[in-house]
Amino acid sequence: MENGTLTQGEGRDPSGFLSDIIGSSVTVKLNSGVVYKGELQSVDGYMNIALEKTEEHVNGVKKRSYGDAFVRGNNVMYISAD
Amino acid sequence: MAEVDDGAAAPVSEPLDLVRLCLNEVVFVKLRGDRELKGRLHAYDSHCNLVLGDVEETVYVVDEDEEGDEMVKSIHKKSEMLFVRGDSVVLISPQSST
Repeated sequence: MENGTLTQGEGRDPSGFLSDIIGSSVTVKLNSGVVYKGELQSVDGYMNIALEKTEEHVNGVKKRSYGDAFVRGNNVMYISAD
Repeated sequence: MAEVDDGAAAPVSEPLDLVRLCLNEVVFVKLRGDRELKGRLHAYDSHCNLVLGDVEETVYVVDEDEEGDEMVKSIHKKSEMLFVRGDSVVLISPQSST
């Protein structure tokens, strides 16, 4: 029972985390290294992402901004709640 | 009479809804390999296959000048109609919002 904390409590899984952070500001890093910062509008099962008020950063330099942006899931490395 | 889609009130309940709202609008598309497209979105599907009209494609290539300094050069191409295979799509954004 010492390992009890390792079992899945309350059915938490990675997609539960994603639905919890919808509406908050997030950082999305792509496999190419490009980073998008914005407000998370929605995510689906492919990890396709809709972002609002998005800033694009390449090598730490802000390159562009988008009012809305759709990011195709296969390019995503991670999503982090700021 | 249970509503299957409870997200009807929200315009964007899944990410592809954002793309649906761009139909017949000018969109900016970022592709793999430092390519960008600007054109009118005629059709899309769940793979992000796209049909774009009046497209301007920009390709960024690294060029070396006489001193051996690297500089980024952009090449522009225009096409009347373009089918884009979904797997090369990175990002889609309504052009009006950039």
